[in-house]
This record gives sequence, C-alpha cells and structure tokens, in this order.
Amino acid sequence: MSNLIAIFFGMALVNNMVLAKFLGLCPFFGVSKKLSSAVSMGIAVLLVMLVASAVTWPLYHYLLIPYGAAFMRTVIFILVIASLVQIIEMTIKRTNLTLYNALGIYLPLITTNCAVLGITFINIDQAYSFIESLVAALGAGAGFTLVLIIMSGIRERLELADSPKAFRGTPIAFITAMLLGLSFLAFKGMI
Amino acid sequence: MHSFTKNFAKGIIRSNPTFILLLGLCPTLAVSTSLDNAVGMTAAFTFVLIASNFIIALLRNMIPDRVRIPVFIVIIATLVTIVDLMLQGFVPALSKSLGMYIPLIVVNCIILGRAEAFASKNGISDSIADALGIGAGFGLAILLISFIRELLGTGELALFGHHLFSIPGFSDNPVAIFMLPMGAFFVIGTLLALFRWMGVSKGE
Repeated sequence: MSNLIAIFFGMALVNNMVLAKFLGLCPFFGVSKKLSSAVSMGIAVLLVMLVASAVTWPLYHYLLIPYGAAFMRTVIFILVIASLVQIIEMTIKRTNLTLYNALGIYLPLITTNCAVLGITFINIDQAYSFIESLVAALGAGAGFTLVLIIMSGIRERLELADSPKAFRGTPIAFITAMLLGLSFLAFKGMI
Repeated sequence: MHSFTKNFAKGIIRSNPTFILLLGLCPTLAVSTSLDNAVGMTAAFTFVLIASNFIIALLRNMIPDRVRIPVFIVIIATLVTIVDLMLQGFVPALSKSLGMYIPLIVVNCIILGRAEAFASKNGISDSIADALGIGAGFGLAILLISFIRELLGTGELALFGHHLFSIPGFSDNPVAIFMLPMGAFFVIGTLLALFRWMGVSKGE
C-alpha cells in the first residue's frame, strides 16, 4: 500500500508530467488561459490516461509479449488511444450532454497529447503491475490537472500585469512555468 | 525549382516550428540538455518527417478523406518504430539517453501538422522541400537551446565525446539549473522574447 502511495505522489508531484518530463506542453500552454477550461482539460486528460493505462497494460503483457511483438507497441498504443478517445467522446455525448459540452472540444486534442502516450510507455518501462500502472496514471493525471489549474490562475492575473512588452503572452508563460517548476523541486525530498 | 527553395526556406524562419508556431515543444525542451541529444533528436525527427511527407504525398489521392488522420498516424507510427529500432541497434547510448522521447515523436504535432496541412495537398518534391525546411528549422532551434543549456549548465561543450570548448574558471561552478527542466523553460522564454524584441516574430 505504501508503495502505491509513493507511486501516486511521485507521479503527481516529484516527476510531474509537465514540469519534470515536458509531456503535454501543448495543452499546458494552449488551454491554461482560463480557469474553467483548464479544469475541463485536466479532467479529460485524467480520464483518458486512466482508461488508456487500463487497456494498454493487458494488451502489452498478454498479447504483444507472448507473440514476440513488443516492438509494435508504439503503433498499437497510439491506435488504441485514438480509438479510445473516439469511444469516450461518443459515450459522453450519449450519456451526459452537459459534460460533453464542457469537455467536447478538448477530447479530440487528447489523441495527440504526449502525456497520455507517455504514461503508457512509463508503465511499461518501469515494469509496473496492473494496479501500479492505474495508480501511476491517476497520479500523473492529478499532477497534470494540478499544474494546469495553478498555471491558469497565475495567467489570469498575468493578463493584467505590466510585464515587459517583448515578454507579453507566451514568453512570460514560459518564465512562469520555470518558477512553478522551481517550487515543485521542493517536493523532491518527499519520497 | 523556385517552389522547392521557397518551400524549403519558409520552415527555417518564417514558420519555424519551435519559435514561431510553438509546436512540438515536448522533445525540444526535454532532450536539449546536451548537443549530442539535440543532434540525435534532429536526425530522428527529420528522417520521420521527410519519409512521412514523401509517403503521404505519394498516397494523397488514394487515402479516403474521412479516414485520413488515422492513416497518417499509422504511417508516422511505423516510421517512428523503424527509427527507434535503428537507434537501439546502431547507437544504443544515444537511444538510451533520448529514452521514450523517440517513440513520442509519433504524437509530435509538427509531423501530423505537416502531413495534414502540406503533404496531403502538394506534390512529392514540394513536400520533401517542406519537410527539409521544417526539419532544418526544428534542428536549428533545438541546437540553439541545447548549446545555451550545455554551455551554461556544465561550463563546457562536447560533441560525441570530443571536447569542443570550455569557459575558463566556469566549468567548476556552472549554473546547474540550466541542466534541470526549469532551465529549458527559462531559455525558451527568453529566446522568444529576444526574437520579438529583434522583430523576427510578432508579439501579441
């Protein structure tokens, strides 16, 4: 159990997807201008990460490994994620229209979100068990949502701040990400 | 021939993938800790981009419009697998230090973006010129970032084991933060601001 807790917090805070591994930078900078869209994007990524890990783990260990096709994992995983995103989108559209309106436009973008493909690779490379990969995905998604929310809060304020002309917009967002990453360094002692 | 040079040149500055379009930042920032990594990533990335643009331009009239994105992704994923296996076989050390960022070229938005925006609408030679230009632009950007990070972060420069240059008295006490992930954010943020100030790119 303590092992699972370590994986969760390690993924969420110490090895944060965005700040330590540079995965999912496109949504991190693209969707962090408003708090409401940041929350929706974070939840959508968390959901897809969890489902993708739950599907790719058995696929890799019970299909690709026994048939000696482990080298096919890149092709298989991206196809699985692309179809999963499509299925999740259709399911949400049928069952919960409010949720669909909130997440709708973000779901297709997630197919090419490297954080989702990244977490499935990390699960394999770290030789996590099935439960451990689910916890890792949950932690990674939670960490991604956390920094996205923090970042959007800061950026809403930055819009009004008087930053140097050349830095306005994206450059200052990168500098903010750097400071955010510095503060996340403090979590390193946790594990 | 005119369109070949035009398509080649636009990728380097006017629509530089990293500094102007801000696409595909994940590998650029993640592996730019050393020049070796930058050269390796540029080679892998450019190979995949040229090959995918070539194949997609070749098949553009055969791919049904409705399933074009999945088809593009399968083509790119296959090429990435080839590159991944070649690196593992011939340069295992480089493959190890680039790690999972090689398979992650699949979800690099630049490659899918060029397939969708350019190669699926243009001829073979134009598509290859476009790929070469974008590859060169990507390479220049990642080399510039890794040059700054390696020089300031370790105080010296080395390329594939050959020592190139070191700042006297600096390599004992380098600014180690440039080797950390935060250093990459700082370098790219400052470079973007610098290019705006110089008027290369437009501000907001």
